[in-house]
Amino acid sequence: MTASEKISGAEIFFECLKKEKVEYIFGYPGGAVLKLYEHLYDVDFLKHILVRHEQGAVHAAEGYAKASGKVGVALVTSGPGATNTVTGIADAYMDSVPIVVFTGQVSSHLIGNDAFQEADIVGITRPITKHNFLVRDVKELAYTIRKAFYIASTGRPGPVVVDLPKDVIASKCVFEYPEEIDVRGYKPTYKGNSNQIKKAAEVISKAKRPLLYVGGGVIMSGSSEELKIFARENKLPVTMTLQGLGAYPGTDPLSLGMLGMHGTYWANRAVDNCDVLVSLGARFDDRVTGKVETFCTSAFKIHVDIDPTAIDKNVVVDLPIVGDVKHVLAELAAEMPSVPDTSEWLDKINDWREECPLEYENKDGRLRTEFVIEKISEKTKGEAVIVTDVGQHQMWTAQHYKYNNPRSNITSGGLGTMGFSLPASIGAAFAVKDKPVISISGDGGFQMNIQELTTAVYNKLPIKIFIINNSFLGMVRQWQELFHKEKYSFTDLGPSNPDFLKIGEAFGIESFATSNPQEVDSLLDRALSINDRPVLIEFRVVKEDMVFPMIPSGASISDMMVKRLNPKRMI
Amino acid sequence: MKHTISVLVENRFGAFDRVATMFSGKGFNIRSISIGETEIEEISRMTIVTEGDDKIIDQVVKQLNRLIDTIKVVDLTLTPHVERELALIKVSVPKGTLEEIKNINDIFRGNVVDITHRSVTIEVTGPPDKIDAAINLLSQFGIKEVARSGIVGLKRGEQTKIQKVKTLTT
Repeated sequence: MTASEKISGAEIFFECLKKEKVEYIFGYPGGAVLKLYEHLYDVDFLKHILVRHEQGAVHAAEGYAKASGKVGVALVTSGPGATNTVTGIADAYMDSVPIVVFTGQVSSHLIGNDAFQEADIVGITRPITKHNFLVRDVKELAYTIRKAFYIASTGRPGPVVVDLPKDVIASKCVFEYPEEIDVRGYKPTYKGNSNQIKKAAEVISKAKRPLLYVGGGVIMSGSSEELKIFARENKLPVTMTLQGLGAYPGTDPLSLGMLGMHGTYWANRAVDNCDVLVSLGARFDDRVTGKVETFCTSAFKIHVDIDPTAIDKNVVVDLPIVGDVKHVLAELAAEMPSVPDTSEWLDKINDWREECPLEYENKDGRLRTEFVIEKISEKTKGEAVIVTDVGQHQMWTAQHYKYNNPRSNITSGGLGTMGFSLPASIGAAFAVKDKPVISISGDGGFQMNIQELTTAVYNKLPIKIFIINNSFLGMVRQWQELFHKEKYSFTDLGPSNPDFLKIGEAFGIESFATSNPQEVDSLLDRALSINDRPVLIEFRVVKEDMVFPMIPSGASISDMMVKRLNPKRMI
Repeated sequence: MKHTISVLVENRFGAFDRVATMFSGKGFNIRSISIGETEIEEISRMTIVTEGDDKIIDQVVKQLNRLIDTIKVVDLTLTPHVERELALIKVSVPKGTLEEIKNINDIFRGNVVDITHRSVTIEVTGPPDKIDAAINLLSQFGIKEVARSGIVGLKRGEQTKIQKVKTLTT
C-alpha cells in the first residue's frame, strides 16, 4: 500500500485495528458486515473468535478486557446482530469496562427506511455507552476508530459503539491514521488536586479508626501495588466492593473482604464505626450503602474518583478528589505526615471477625456452595481467574474465594447480567494463559448463554465450567422466602432443568456431577489437571440455602441479618 | 430552584439527543431548552432551564460535562447574565378592543406580526417574567395560541473563550 493509494473502508478498518494492537475480535457475521468478513478472511495479525450469539461476543470482549486491561472488541452485523449486543453493552457501561463494539448498518441511503435488518443502534445504545458513533463517510472512519479506542480506554473506561453503514465500508479513500488525538469535549483529570490530597493525608494520619473502601477503579487504574504499600505502611484496614475484590490480597490480615448487602459482618461494622472513610475508585452504589441516610454517618469521608459525576451522587462527601487513583495514591502516600495509630481499631475489627465469622452448615453430609468455593480457593491458592455469573453463587464466591490478584475477579456487578459468566470466561481465557480460568454459574444463568459452550470447545479453551445447581433461581428464591411470603413463584427450576451432564457431553465436553462433599477434592483436581480443553462439573447443592450476612435492600447496617432466624426446609 | 444552564456542544448529528437522553435517563427536569448556532460554525449553544436542589443541579452540570460532545457547561444562574425569550401570542380581538390590545403591545414593546379581523399575533421579547406578564394581560381578550422560544442566555461581560475547554471540579 502506497501513501496515496485509495483503499476500502473495510481495509481501513483492519489497518486501524492493527494500529490499536487488537489481538482478538469476538464476532458474528451477517449481511451488513460481509465486506469486513471478506477482508478478515486474509487478515493474519488478529484472531476472530466466532461466538454463537452476539450477546456472547460482547461479554467475551468484556471478559477479555477485564482480564487483560486492554480494550475488548466485538463485531456484529446490523439489526438483530446489533440489538443482541445491547445487554452486554449496558453491562460494560455499568461496570466501566473498556470495549469497542462495531455494528454493521444498512447502506446510508436506506437508513431510516425500515430496511431489512435495520435498527437505530446508535439511538438505542446512546444511554448505555460512554459514547457512540455513526460513521457517515469513509474519510472519517480512521479517526472515528482512533477516537473510539481512546474514549473507551481512558478516564473512566466504558463501552463505545461504532456503527458502520455498508456503503461506508465499501467506499474508498486514502488511509491515514492519526497518531495525535484531541477530543475537545473530553479531557479526563488524572492528577488530583494537591491541596486536597495534602488535606486527605493529614486527616488520615490523625484518624483513630480509618478504613479504605476500595472499588473497581483501583484495578482498572492498575493501582493494586500502590494500594498494598499504602495500606500496609499505614496499617489501614481495607474493605472491597464486589468489583474491587482482588485489588487487595484476600488473605492479608488487613483485608476485611467485601462490604455491603452480602458483605462480611466485620467489614460492615467497620464501615459503621470508622471515623475516616477513604473511598478509592468506588461509587457508593446502593448495594454498598443500603439506606443512604444511615450509611457511615459519623465518619469524615474522602472520595477519590476519576469521574466527577461519581462524587456527591449518592453520598455527600467531605473531601472529594477527582483524579486517577494511581496518581492520587502515590501522592497521598508521599504526603502522609505520620502513620496513624490503628492497633486498637484493628483489634476491634478482629473482635467483630470472631464474633460473627462466615459460617455455614457443613456437618450433615450435604453439598453446599460455600464448601465448593472454599475448596476452589484452597486448590488454586487464590491465584485463579474466577468468572462468576449473578446470584447466590456469585455472593458466596465473593465471600469465600480469597482473590490474591487484581484482574482475577470477573463478574457482572452493576447490571447483574445472568448469563455473563460463560461467554466472559471465554474472553478471559484468551487473555490469560498461565492461570486457570474458572467459570462459575448457577443452573439458571448457565442456561442463558449456554450456546457459548460451542465457542469454548471449538477453541479448545481450558475453562473449568462449574455449575452450582440448586435447582432454583436461588437469590430470587431467597428474597421470596424473606420478603414475599414464601411464594416461590416461578423460581423452582428443578422439574424443568435439563440434564447438564448430557448437555456437556453433547457439546463434546468431559462432564462430571456430584452431590457428595467427599468427591469435591478429586473432581477439582481432575478439572484443574485438564489444560487443553474445557471441562464441566455440575455441583448439585442444597436447594434452600441462603446467603448471609444480608442487609435487606434499602436498610441499614443495624438491620443486618447474620443468619437464618427460622430455618425452613422446603421438602 | 430554577437554573439556567448554557452548554456549548459540538454541532454534530446526535449531540442534542445525547443531552436530552441524559436528562430523561437521569430523571432531571427540563423546563425549557433551546439550541442554535454560535459564532463558530461547528459549535452550537444550548440553553437549558432546569429545576432542582443544589445536589441535583450539581449532578446536572457534572453529567452534562461528562458527555463527550459537550465542550463547555456554565450555570448562568450563578453569574451575572442576561436571559431573553421570544413569544408569539395570538390574541382574539373582540369588537372594539383592538386599540387596547395595541396599547398593551406598545407597553411591552412588542410587534404586531400578523392581523386578521378576529385575531392579532404579537411578538414579545424579554426576560421570561415579562412574557408571562404580557400573556397574563392579554388573556382577558382570549388567547388563541402561544409559541415561546425557550430561554437563551449569555454571561455578562467579556466573552469567555471557547478554547478554554470545560473545567471540572477539583
